[in-house]
Amino acid sequence: MKSSSARTWQTVILALLAVGVVALALGGYLTPMTRLATAPFISAQTWLSTRFLTIRNILSSSQDLNRLRQRNLEMEAEVSNLQSEIIELKQQIAETRVLSALVEFARVHPENRYLAAAIIGRDPSPFVKYVIINRGSDSGLRTGMPVVTSQGLAGRIAAVTAGAARVELINDPDSSVNVRLEPSGAQAVLLGSLSGELSLDLIPQNASVNVGDLVLTSGLGGNFPGNILIGQITSVSRRETDLFQQASVQPVVDFTKLEIVLLITNFRPVDIAPLIPTPGVQ
Amino acid sequence: MTTLLAIPILGVLLVIQTAIFSQIPLLQGTTDLVLLAALAWSLQPRVRTAWQWGIIGALLVGFVSAVSVIVFVLSYLGAVGLALLLRRRIWQVPLLAMFIATFFGTLAVHLTTLVVLRMTGVALPISASLNTIILPSVLLNLVFALPFFTLFKDLADFLYPAELEM
Repeated sequence: MKSSSARTWQTVILALLAVGVVALALGGYLTPMTRLATAPFISAQTWLSTRFLTIRNILSSSQDLNRLRQRNLEMEAEVSNLQSEIIELKQQIAETRVLSALVEFARVHPENRYLAAAIIGRDPSPFVKYVIINRGSDSGLRTGMPVVTSQGLAGRIAAVTAGAARVELINDPDSSVNVRLEPSGAQAVLLGSLSGELSLDLIPQNASVNVGDLVLTSGLGGNFPGNILIGQITSVSRRETDLFQQASVQPVVDFTKLEIVLLITNFRPVDIAPLIPTPGVQ
Repeated sequence: MTTLLAIPILGVLLVIQTAIFSQIPLLQGTTDLVLLAALAWSLQPRVRTAWQWGIIGALLVGFVSAVSVIVFVLSYLGAVGLALLLRRRIWQVPLLAMFIATFFGTLAVHLTTLVVLRMTGVALPISASLNTIILPSVLLNLVFALPFFTLFKDLADFLYPAELEM
């Protein structure tokens, strides 16, 4: 009985103490003591939290670095893809320009039928000026067909296989083309040379030939159609002792940069060899 | 087998030559890859198909070129014969033999072409041909002689492995 009343008193006293402490805390009287008591814990937690955040940042930043590197690689790959696309598009633009010039040439000369072909090679011997094109007898090509570009005459087909043909350029040393000079109307023969330069021979002495005159095919001999532009006279050599005048010609076609050419498919060269008299034959 | 191998190898070299090397001349001279291949092959010690490679190369080039095939057959066989002679005479210095064969082989091909074209009526001035075509071509071929010799030496070693002495 005595012990139970003592416990009751203890409980009451503890409750009063608790109420007192709460009342002191609510009144702000325990703040200095609370500060003193929590300061070490706060410091420890701050230290721990700082370290934890640092470690987490290091770990997460390495992930970001990897992600950035990966992204950088992807961007570099995309840039190289775009650059190759740009190169391809530039090439297509250049080809389109050439083709549109050829179409324009074909439009201006509607009397002919044309077939486009690409230059795929040059003769392995440096002594001759021949090119190889990617069209042959399968495309209807025949030996002797004239070859032109948007600027003017380039040559004629010398040999044909099923899928390719060999074109003799007009600047080949063995090439000769009958031409007409404008505005004089004089006839002459255009010759190629080893260096690829063009010259005119057999110009009549009485013909008035000047620098800047145009050189066009005459159609004589039946090897080329008439009135195809070849070039312009750059110099004239005239001596009274010679039978004919000579001249140098600047071609309108740049033979070193030929890429695509047009073939005049409806022109059939005329073989006049049987008409040329041979000595001793009546 | 090694004779048949000449067709794809020389064919590919001819394609490269007509598509690329003929378009980048030195003056007017160009590199003759097929001739270099035939010479480099002929100078390999254990090779027994040099003449066949020479003929196949000449026929391929003659098929593509506007110059008569006879020119290439004669000149290529002459060049291969010279290479075989050099292989016997100066076998200890094969690289020197390659340079000599390239020099005289290129001269043989171009001089034969020049003579035949002039005989057929093509107006080719000799001095201009020499200055703008023949000598630049010789120089270009000499530049490519060393890598070709190395390449075909490896090919010959692969196809004709050396016999082990017991």
